[in-house]
Amino acid sequence: MAREGLRYQTYSRRALLLAGLQGIVLGALGLRLYYLSIVNGEKYRLRADKNRISIRLIAPERGEIYDRNGEKLATNTQDLRALLVPEQADQLEPTLAKVQQIIDLNDRRLSRIRRRISRQRKFVPVTLAQGLDWETFSRLNVEIPQLPGVMTDAGLSRLYPGGESIAHLVGYMASPDEEDVYKSPLYQLPGFKIGKQGLERRYEALLRGASGTRRVEVNAVGREIRELPPREESIRGNDLHLTLDMPLQQYVMQELGEEAAGVVVMDIASGDILAMASSPGYDPNEFTNGISNANWQALLKDPRTPLLNKSVSGQYPPGSTIKMVVALAALEQGLITPDTTYYCNGKHRLGDHTFHCWQNRGHGKLNMLEAIAKSCDVYFYEIAEKLDIDLIADMASRFGLGTTFDMGVDGEKEGLLPTREWKRIFQQQSWQLGETLNVAIGQGAMLATPLQLAVMTARLASGQQTTPRIVADIDRDESFFAPLDVNPFHLETVQRTMEMVMEEGGTAHDYARRKSATKQAGKTGTAQVRRISLAERQAEGGVLDNDELPWASRDHALFVGYAPVEAPKVAVSVVVQHGGGGSSVAAPLARRIMDKALETYPAEGEVQA
Amino acid sequence: MGTSRMFGPRRVEKSVIQRFASLNWGIVLATILIATVGFAMLFSVADGQWDPWASRHMMRFGIALLLMLAIAVVDIRYWMALAYPAWFAGITLLFAVEFIGDTGMGGQRWLDIGFMRLQPSELMKIAVVMAIARYYHGRTQLQSRSLKSLLVPGLLLMIPFALVYRQPDLGTAIMIIAGGAATLFLAGVPAWMFVTAAVGVVPLAFAIWPFLNTYQQNRVLTFFNPESDPLGAGYQITQSKIALGSGGMTGKGFLEGTQSHLNFLPEMKTDFIFTVLVEEFGLMGATIVLGLYGIVLSYGLLIGIGCRNQFGRLLASGLAIALFLYVMINVGMVMGLLPVVGVPLPLISWGGSSMLTWMIAYGLILSVSVHRHVTIAPRGSGIV
Repeated sequence: MAREGLRYQTYSRRALLLAGLQGIVLGALGLRLYYLSIVNGEKYRLRADKNRISIRLIAPERGEIYDRNGEKLATNTQDLRALLVPEQADQLEPTLAKVQQIIDLNDRRLSRIRRRISRQRKFVPVTLAQGLDWETFSRLNVEIPQLPGVMTDAGLSRLYPGGESIAHLVGYMASPDEEDVYKSPLYQLPGFKIGKQGLERRYEALLRGASGTRRVEVNAVGREIRELPPREESIRGNDLHLTLDMPLQQYVMQELGEEAAGVVVMDIASGDILAMASSPGYDPNEFTNGISNANWQALLKDPRTPLLNKSVSGQYPPGSTIKMVVALAALEQGLITPDTTYYCNGKHRLGDHTFHCWQNRGHGKLNMLEAIAKSCDVYFYEIAEKLDIDLIADMASRFGLGTTFDMGVDGEKEGLLPTREWKRIFQQQSWQLGETLNVAIGQGAMLATPLQLAVMTARLASGQQTTPRIVADIDRDESFFAPLDVNPFHLETVQRTMEMVMEEGGTAHDYARRKSATKQAGKTGTAQVRRISLAERQAEGGVLDNDELPWASRDHALFVGYAPVEAPKVAVSVVVQHGGGGSSVAAPLARRIMDKALETYPAEGEVQA
Repeated sequence: MGTSRMFGPRRVEKSVIQRFASLNWGIVLATILIATVGFAMLFSVADGQWDPWASRHMMRFGIALLLMLAIAVVDIRYWMALAYPAWFAGITLLFAVEFIGDTGMGGQRWLDIGFMRLQPSELMKIAVVMAIARYYHGRTQLQSRSLKSLLVPGLLLMIPFALVYRQPDLGTAIMIIAGGAATLFLAGVPAWMFVTAAVGVVPLAFAIWPFLNTYQQNRVLTFFNPESDPLGAGYQITQSKIALGSGGMTGKGFLEGTQSHLNFLPEMKTDFIFTVLVEEFGLMGATIVLGLYGIVLSYGLLIGIGCRNQFGRLLASGLAIALFLYVMINVGMVMGLLPVVGVPLPLISWGGSSMLTWMIAYGLILSVSVHRHVTIAPRGSGIV
């Protein structure tokens, strides 16, 4: 028992020691927990929240674009989409195969889907197809129980009810470029589109609105579990109101048909653009869901440049439509009076070079009014010999040529007003008199856009510095344009010549003589394609020596005009690329467009803001 | 003495009903309480569902509770007689695992015995303590202090260690060593030997380092610098600490743990269930649960001290220490104080083997308690 006692003593001493150690260990664990949850509790609470709470963006609804009558040019429509959540699909390929029996997915689309799936996290939905029709959408919904991971969804997508007729102006939407995706967190939302062209691009910030945010609880793999308050709603983008008159715009487009042409119709009093057409057009809706490569290539390669907004970006030699401006420059300088006469025998010699009148047999003796009405070139060669090129350029710039108006439309071009300085700087040569002769009949280096020609015409009609606008939301003092710095008597004379163009003996008489409701004034122009517009230069490279495309070497047909003569209301410019003669092609078009415009705006028009 | 010899047996040999009556019901109650915490936490881990874990955990606990009570009323001398056979049986099972075991969690550990998957290494913890207690029961103080008498206990300890380590299951292997070593210490093996062994562990650690598996090496490396690899091996510890710390004093509320319910935590129903508990019930909940474990384990040691035979003393306190190691390693691990070695929190963590180990061990401890007045001859129980 003594030994047993000794053994027991050792045992119980050590057992108590171990019990003490246990107590210390438990205490240490408790202390550690105290340190974690009380001392550093706040820090870990924040980290736990950071773990679970994710801020997600709510895409704003984009503002709409309206014409002056409240007709929608760009709107938002329900977009029926099919999505796939990869983590919910048991097997990817069989699911895709089954989906393909319902939706036609081409190989390119399929490989894009597969690439997306392999790149993204598995709970992020991948768009299988968008813009589905109701029938397909319903069929898909019926089949969904057999398609694990497939979801349907109705989002918003952009729709352009006007289609082709306003494509150049409004532009289109598309997904942000891949390299831009990190510029805004919004760009990373599935299916988010931005304005890529036209007003959609220019007014992106205004139209887009502000994204909202919602706080969502996410699990460890980032899947959304539920939404946590508060939610900050997105702010709808602002609407854009245009001065455009959609029925007129559509009428113009329809009239232009297959021609490659640019037309601008302006309200003279306010400068409001009523129509701004460029033909041929393209369907902006195609871009919203991603245009097919074939269609894109076709648009790029079309010699009639459907992607170009010819009314502001197409630069053409103005041809005889410049003659009023040249005559005004001469009148203002006192070089001629309206009664000054010259004799036209069909050609004019300068040094050893012969300049031809379009009328080979000549016009005979005519004064300034007759010269414009009949568009005699020789008369203007005579003036040009006395008139410095810089004076022509100065007068042209008073009428809005050689400048942009910054209306907010993409691709507005300056055109070109050649001067002595321009020649020296850009061609390192001194100005030749022969060039002045060419410019005086609207050929040579001078270039103008249909918009500039319309502005010129409006200013000729009103005597005011009419400035165009197309976005009605931009505030400006529209009730008053400063008067032009031109003698009103000279202006009236020129206005009279433009009336004479449409009368017996005038160049447009034969084609514009059908009785119009109102009396119109105008000027024809036929521009040789000796010097082609900058914009077209690439499209036509090497075309001139190719007989297969005679279209590209034809003359441009131009017409500028205003109506009614008594109280000018609308101004119009028509440029038909390689259309042929100004009087035969452009004048009748312009007449019909003016008639149509005046049908809508017969009296003093009020401008809708 | 004479009276004792005459009446002793009658006083000691209790009927089964008497034994039930003398059970330490405090331990039984605390065990049920701990297991109840387990039901609640498994219910929470399943997002408020009884299935698949909580309900089965309850069922298993019910069976294990009956087993514990049955073991408790069996005469301690039977258990002493079974000490060595149990050890051999355990070794046989470990060999069986080596050849026909199922692989899971990175090693061969499981033995499918039809109705459950048995982890023999768990049962081995008990068998080692039993065998060592049996061995020292017959040794005097003097014999216990001799180096020579360490040979047999050394084999009793090292053979299972080697087999479990080979599975590979470093955590359980270390616990076998530690539980066995504690029993040796209680048996009177000189303290200097432990000091020497402890010092010797350092070079040994370096010696076995190259033989560790990559995942084991990573666990140790991650332990020393968990933030170095926040999405890899250190992720578990980092997320666990966030969960523990964010619980604060009273926790986020039952079923409200964000770290757990949003799956930021790994292995929630097993290794990290304590983290789930603390996130939902805070420091207070943790203190209560650790307190319950403390009470139960202290009882185990006290039963040893109050026992009149050396086998019972060593068995009760050895097992109590071995079970304490479970709690210490698991809780230390989820707090980032110890490497992640995959040790469950007994009775609370999902898993039958650790529960079975705990309940068998407490059955034995209760048996020691019931038979604390029994004296047993040095050479054996006299029953077998």
